[in-house]
Amino acid sequence: MIRTATLTGSYKQIPFFKGLDDSHLSKLEALGHELTFDRDQIIFREGDESSFFYIILSGRVSLEVTALGRTLRVQTIGENEEFGWSSMLPSHGKQFQARALDSLHVLAFDGPRLREACEEDNTFGYALMKRLLSVVSHRLLAMRVQVLDMYSPGVKG
Amino acid sequence: MSAVLCPPSADVSVMRPAAGRVARVEKETHDTFTLRVESPDEASPLAGFEPGQFSMLYVYGVGELPISISGDPEERGSLVYTIRSVGAATHALVTSKEGSTIGVRGPFGTSWPLRETRGRDLLVVAGGIGLAPLRPAIFHVLRHRGDYGRLVVLYGARSPKDLLFRKQLAAWNYVPDTQVLTTVDYGGLSWRGYVGVVTTLFRYIRIRPDRTTAMICGPEVMMRFVVTELKSRGFPAEQIYLSAERNMKCAIGHCGHCQMGPLFVCKDGPVFPCHRIGPWMDRYEL
Repeated sequence: MIRTATLTGSYKQIPFFKGLDDSHLSKLEALGHELTFDRDQIIFREGDESSFFYIILSGRVSLEVTALGRTLRVQTIGENEEFGWSSMLPSHGKQFQARALDSLHVLAFDGPRLREACEEDNTFGYALMKRLLSVVSHRLLAMRVQVLDMYSPGVKG
Repeated sequence: MSAVLCPPSADVSVMRPAAGRVARVEKETHDTFTLRVESPDEASPLAGFEPGQFSMLYVYGVGELPISISGDPEERGSLVYTIRSVGAATHALVTSKEGSTIGVRGPFGTSWPLRETRGRDLLVVAGGIGLAPLRPAIFHVLRHRGDYGRLVVLYGARSPKDLLFRKQLAAWNYVPDTQVLTTVDYGGLSWRGYVGVVTTLFRYIRIRPDRTTAMICGPEVMMRFVVTELKSRGFPAEQIYLSAERNMKCAIGHCGHCQMGPLFVCKDGPVFPCHRIGPWMDRYEL
């Protein structure tokens, strides 16, 4: 069950927003809203046009991919981590399925509205994209190491 | 005139295996087994060991290979080895019948810095079978819990079915001031733990680099990424220890099979401080 709620904490406490100007934080506060998801609830499915970008306030999310008739968990992310960043790009369906592993509390931003705000205020847009690039870069590095299959018996070192 | 290429060892007996009786074989995962080995003669038990050391185990007629000791260092009378079946010799070891005899040389090599780190927090990072050589150090810290600060164990494996010592990992989490987190590279829907490389667990722990010593064992590529992560968090290289793995034959620094630059993994290691081994990691055929 999805419920909207009122954010009581300050956006300043969220690591993703650390260092942003007050005017930028106000802009984000106007765009964001809180959502809760129940344990095991699907947040979005692979291919969905779901347009939200999320920051986890509490709980964990499992990113999953379905292949060869089975669903595999390929990454879990937790408090203060971000997901759904493909919504920051125009017309990209979701590449993974996301599921709440625990009772989940997130901050959600509508991707098109966030992109619009970035276009209108390029300084805000650049600050946000720098943070997003850092998230994508860390995620990509982790995924690169993961696909090395380094624990496989055939892998040297 | 004859040339002496290699000086004779001061104690040639280290090259002669002692007889070890396989007392117990326990299946840990689909490809990994734990062997308990005892001396067949109660009057002359197998030598004790320091956490991090290894033995040379000889399967008669098949071959000899270095295996880390994975048991409790204070449990005397037997030595415990956790072995992944990946080749002819390891397969022969894990399929040993209880009561059969193997050759045991050692223990050899350096150990984890458990004396030097009394009073400090400890961060243990293990990947795959790399948990086996770290387990004696964890046993030691848990037996002497008051001598150490906070203990954090991060463990990564390929999939849930590859996780070693699952019951122990779960039990250690209940020890005061001890945190254990496990992660796998991929998991099915029944796996509710973490999925991702072991370095992704760093965001869920609290560590103070100024009072923590890190001990790492796993594939070299994993150790390299862990070291990078630790350094980015302010860990000095002197407080990061790694256990290296190389093909060893003599185990006493004579044959050169395990040489890494100026170091011999068998006698100068396998446990090294990071600043000493760092330049030679990921470089083969040195």
